[in-house]
Amino acid sequence: MTRPGGQALLDQALELHPQVALRPEPFGALAYHYGNRRLVFMKHVDVVAVAKQLADHPSLAATLEACDIAPTRWSSFATAFASLKSSEIVRER
Amino acid sequence: MSVESLVGQLKHGLDAPICLTWEITYACNLACVHCLSSSGQRDPRELTTDEAKRVLDELHDLQVFYINIGGGEPMVRRDFFELVEYAIGRGIGVKFSTNGAYIDADKARRLTGMDYLDIQISLDGTDAATNDAVRGTGSYDLAIRAMDHLRDAGFVERNGPFKISVVVTRHNVDQLDEFKALADSYGAQLRVTRLRPSGRGVDAWHDLHPTNAQQRQIYNWLMAHGENVLTGDSFFHLNALGDSLPGLNMCGAGRVVCLIDPIGDVYACPFVIHDEFKAGSVRDEGGFSRVWKQSDLFLELREPQSAGACASCGSWNACQGGCMAAKFFTGLPLDGPDPECVGGAADDARATVSSALVPKPAMDHSKPVSLTRKLIPVAGN
Repeated sequence: MTRPGGQALLDQALELHPQVALRPEPFGALAYHYGNRRLVFMKHVDVVAVAKQLADHPSLAATLEACDIAPTRWSSFATAFASLKSSEIVRER
Repeated sequence: MSVESLVGQLKHGLDAPICLTWEITYACNLACVHCLSSSGQRDPRELTTDEAKRVLDELHDLQVFYINIGGGEPMVRRDFFELVEYAIGRGIGVKFSTNGAYIDADKARRLTGMDYLDIQISLDGTDAATNDAVRGTGSYDLAIRAMDHLRDAGFVERNGPFKISVVVTRHNVDQLDEFKALADSYGAQLRVTRLRPSGRGVDAWHDLHPTNAQQRQIYNWLMAHGENVLTGDSFFHLNALGDSLPGLNMCGAGRVVCLIDPIGDVYACPFVIHDEFKAGSVRDEGGFSRVWKQSDLFLELREPQSAGACASCGSWNACQGGCMAAKFFTGLPLDGPDPECVGGAADDARATVSSALVPKPAMDHSKPVSLTRKLIPVAGN
């Protein structure tokens, strides 16, 4: 399956970077990368839930499906995870 | 969720701080005129090694990702390396601030070998004359020598850029480009922060703080350099000049930030060492965790703050009324304009504040004046 530009991430197999720790917060979680020392706000509990399960599924899309994220929200999740990937909070596996 | 609503959430506080400063000693080999903790002499009540480790255990349990260790000069403590290694061993990253006096070749190698360690060297001028006027005779050479040792040890290659930390004053504001070039030459990163009228800075602030024209200069320079230059989010009072600088644009005191001082007292931020902003002590029952989560002061700071005298100003959303510490130690009301309000709203008020009413820092650990004492010891004590 091919997807329009920017959404290709949905087909990628991702995982939380092994040097990243998540701390639950009322708005979602704080993610801290011990390697590059970046602190990133995960601003929704659903994003946190998906991030934690990434490694258990063959792609981001499969993870979203497993987490019962409605398909209408997938494009915003693709954007959110593209940003998390650029700060190395998640990475390809 | 938009940035604005995230900031709204943060104002209610986090389950644990994200920016925790821990000053581990009031002892210092220098006597900088703007020292925000009036450091100089060790306090006999300072936390023991064991007490300090128990605090680190607590921070580990709270999932505090990293701490900023300062002082005083933290490397003066004989258990400095023991504490840093203990923190890192518990998964707490450490950034420590130092004047560099104790970083010789050997210590530079030892520091380079540690994971999750970052170093911040304080420097307030790109030449000895400018720097030493604030930080003391010989302090420029000490800082440069420390950075040379870190370079020779390969710190940047292994651990990433160390930081050169500059407090912007009236006298070094024209050197911002030179500071950047100096940092670049070491592969280091520049950090510039705002001068606060805290500690000995209460007295020094009037002569050192940037003029109105210089404030615009700082704002323009920071806008041009974006996220390449760190600021500790300390210049948000300048946002009233235009677009917002990078960062959260809010006072984090007691919400996302706090200070643990050398004797274990917990303050709302590193710039308000005064009883009015003391939330408790790590030595109290329940420890740091209870202070962070339940102290009356911190709960109060997490309530919505009134814009007060600034309520009718169109820039309040941009600058949030500025810095609580700056207002407090210049004798201004906390719900009014920042003493360096770029709209000039505090100018009249500042002129009428009686110096007798300006709060004094809670403690003074400055060394007694001695006509014979040498200020700068040799490195590697």
